[in-house]
Amino acid sequence: MRNPVMKDPATVSGGPDHLDELRSDPIGLMRRVREECGDVGEFRLAGRPVVLLSGAEANEFFFRAPDEELDQAEAYPFMTPIFGEGVLFDATPEQRREALHNQALKGSFLKGHAATIAAEVDAMVAAWGEEGEIDLLDWFAELTIYTSSACLIGKRFRDQLDRRFAELYHDLERGTDAIAYVDPHADIDSFRRRDAARTKLVALVEGIMEGRAAAPRPPREERDLLDVLMSIRADDGTPRFSADLITGMFISMMFAGHHTTSGTAAWTLIELLRHPDVLDGVVRELDDLYADGSEISFQALREIPLLESAIKEALRLHPPLILLLRVAKSGHEVLGYRIPAGTLVGCSLAVSNRIPGDFPEPDRFDPARYAKPREEDLINRWTWVPFGAGRHRCVGANFAMIQLKAIFSVLLRDWEFEPAQDPESYRDDHSKMVVQLARPCLVRYKRRTS
Amino acid sequence: MKVRADLDLCQGHAMCELEAPEVFEVPRKGKVRILVDEPGESLRAQVEAAVRYCPTRALKLGG
Repeated sequence: MRNPVMKDPATVSGGPDHLDELRSDPIGLMRRVREECGDVGEFRLAGRPVVLLSGAEANEFFFRAPDEELDQAEAYPFMTPIFGEGVLFDATPEQRREALHNQALKGSFLKGHAATIAAEVDAMVAAWGEEGEIDLLDWFAELTIYTSSACLIGKRFRDQLDRRFAELYHDLERGTDAIAYVDPHADIDSFRRRDAARTKLVALVEGIMEGRAAAPRPPREERDLLDVLMSIRADDGTPRFSADLITGMFISMMFAGHHTTSGTAAWTLIELLRHPDVLDGVVRELDDLYADGSEISFQALREIPLLESAIKEALRLHPPLILLLRVAKSGHEVLGYRIPAGTLVGCSLAVSNRIPGDFPEPDRFDPARYAKPREEDLINRWTWVPFGAGRHRCVGANFAMIQLKAIFSVLLRDWEFEPAQDPESYRDDHSKMVVQLARPCLVRYKRRTS
Repeated sequence: MKVRADLDLCQGHAMCELEAPEVFEVPRKGKVRILVDEPGESLRAQVEAAVRYCPTRALKLGG
């Protein structure tokens, strides 16, 4: 050891193991780690130590480390049964870096995506009457299945999907119980449903593939990613990719942008309904912006300051990912604390986003903190981290903002909303690693008259 | 106006090249190369957009 005064991180109270607490109140657990242990503390996950980091300096270490030092592959055992063997986390760091350069997220495609997204929202609200009630979890989850499949895979594939795909996908997301750290194939209800859902998704995709194989090839400009993957042959002339592998690729491509965008859309709406003055400002901003009849595909790519600030504040208070994990591939020292090779290292977005020194009145929904000169998101580059930061900062962050701006441009132009339950009763369900809105989560809509 | 790149963070997504092609160049499998260390004021809007849309926040404007 180079540094003889290096300390071991303190372990948080409530042990000896914290798996159950992580499955019931993860934010409470992570907050207590910071309160009791400081920037570097430890909890136990199914017998394994997890060093939990928070605060700018510790976070910077986490976000700067390359995959060869802090690796993601082994950190998320609950993802492999969802994606399938041979997809994403089975790849080497080098292959993953390559795959991250997702063509569909390139800037030149974004304008087309904004138009696609607006059309998908239009299609969903076309089913609404003059007034009614929606379940935020169901509604935004279905919408974002359509938007992400249309943008990332293609319109042709999207048009072959319906509600069933969204429901099966939801079962996959629910199959992320932290019990996976003990056994990713444990015999529990959510894992059985996860495996059944994946089998049905493969069958669904296989059906689509068979239909395409039997039909004439569409003209070049209509082909989507599935057509391309189906056309690739192995050396012996057979199809290179099975339905199982293609489904796994699609599931993994859509995963990062699905529950995250869906949850953020829901929380933005909830926070706007809790703060009618902010909502009024956003509605007026959008009315002014679209008064000249300009297209959503044009405006969603540009600044919409009040709406963007409201989205950023929803992201800060309700980050869709609350805990990022890695495995230390070698020994490290952080702020004088020892992290031995093989340790799980965590970074808590939910805790960092509410550090009072960085975000005055951290629990208050205050979109004004993003206006000049405060710009608390830019000033706190290592603690305003709903999209993560550094090397692995969300590659879809720009796409997500454009998507959310397009969604609210349509919704708030034509509709007004009100809570259908006590506004303070909306909350997240933290029983799975993929955080989703807890039910009930109802709002009422009514067509705007003015 | 001075532009700096943190090559620890750059992952070669090439968003900057799209926003300000006169200032940034990103080879297919490499990291950003700054073509003009001190771009003129006429390029400010483009360069600011490149800084803002960098997915890894690897670019900084200073001075």
